[in-house]
Amino acid sequence: MKDLSLHIMDIIQNSIVAGADKINISLRVEGTPQMLVLEILDNGKGMDEEFIRKVTDPFKTSRTTRNVGLGIPLLEQSAKMAGGELDIKSEPGKGTTLKARFNINHIDRIPLGDIPETIKMLIMANPNISWTIHLSSPNDDFELDTDELKHHLDGVSITNNNVLEWIQNTIADGIKLVYGGVLDEVN
Amino acid sequence: MKSIEELKAIRDKTLKEMSIRDNEDKVRIVVGMATCGIAAGAKPVMSAFIDELNKRNINNVSVSMTGCIGICRLEPVAEVFDSSGEKTTYVKLDAEKARRIVAEHIVNQKVVTEFTVGAAER
Repeated sequence: MKDLSLHIMDIIQNSIVAGADKINISLRVEGTPQMLVLEILDNGKGMDEEFIRKVTDPFKTSRTTRNVGLGIPLLEQSAKMAGGELDIKSEPGKGTTLKARFNINHIDRIPLGDIPETIKMLIMANPNISWTIHLSSPNDDFELDTDELKHHLDGVSITNNNVLEWIQNTIADGIKLVYGGVLDEVN
Repeated sequence: MKSIEELKAIRDKTLKEMSIRDNEDKVRIVVGMATCGIAAGAKPVMSAFIDELNKRNINNVSVSMTGCIGICRLEPVAEVFDSSGEKTTYVKLDAEKARRIVAEHIVNQKVVTEFTVGAAER
């Protein structure tokens, strides 16, 4: 995958297939050396320990399981390439937390890509899921919660074109605010 | 920062317009958005569908995503479900082809035969 936005698009399909109706995407810059941390938390059906071991192994999974394939191994590869790692915690019946860490100054760290567009598409295609988006860095914080937006929308669909465009622009502003001067690709 | 006030203005404007529009989704476009699709470029395809529909002010077509359809070698793949329930599977798409599908299939109701799975597998 060329950038983080494509990984997010891909990995979230796992949460959706797992039946999640609450998905929390958090992207943080923290620590020394500064790491970019992507955390995806869902309330889907979760995985047992044996299954978690399998999902990071592309050979085992692609042969024995239909629903989980190369998405997680590819994300793990991107993280490891940039001096980071992937961590999955899950409990059957409760949900899954996936965390991928990247050293932001590593030469092989993939760029963010078009995250506002990815999130717009995810919301558009899955309007009934409660999405929360959280961005943070030493600079600033940003949060977007679709339940709160729906409350303000008062019956107007969140999939309305103008609403989706507003969401996309708002997240783009958030990324500039939070990561401007922190990540090379954001200025 | 875009404010909630802006969002409320969008809501009020939409509520006014809603009464004069038929808001029922009649046609569905479903884009394959699994690892295989994304790696092959499904995101710009979906983006082009959305953009072209918006440009033409078409409101009764929904765009959504699905997992692996099972023909990874032909990705990016999209399925168009007409109001009658008829399904057309388009394969090896790019943004330009997506725009043509909106113009020819959605607007003029004429299947773009050359992009279909049938044509690709011949």
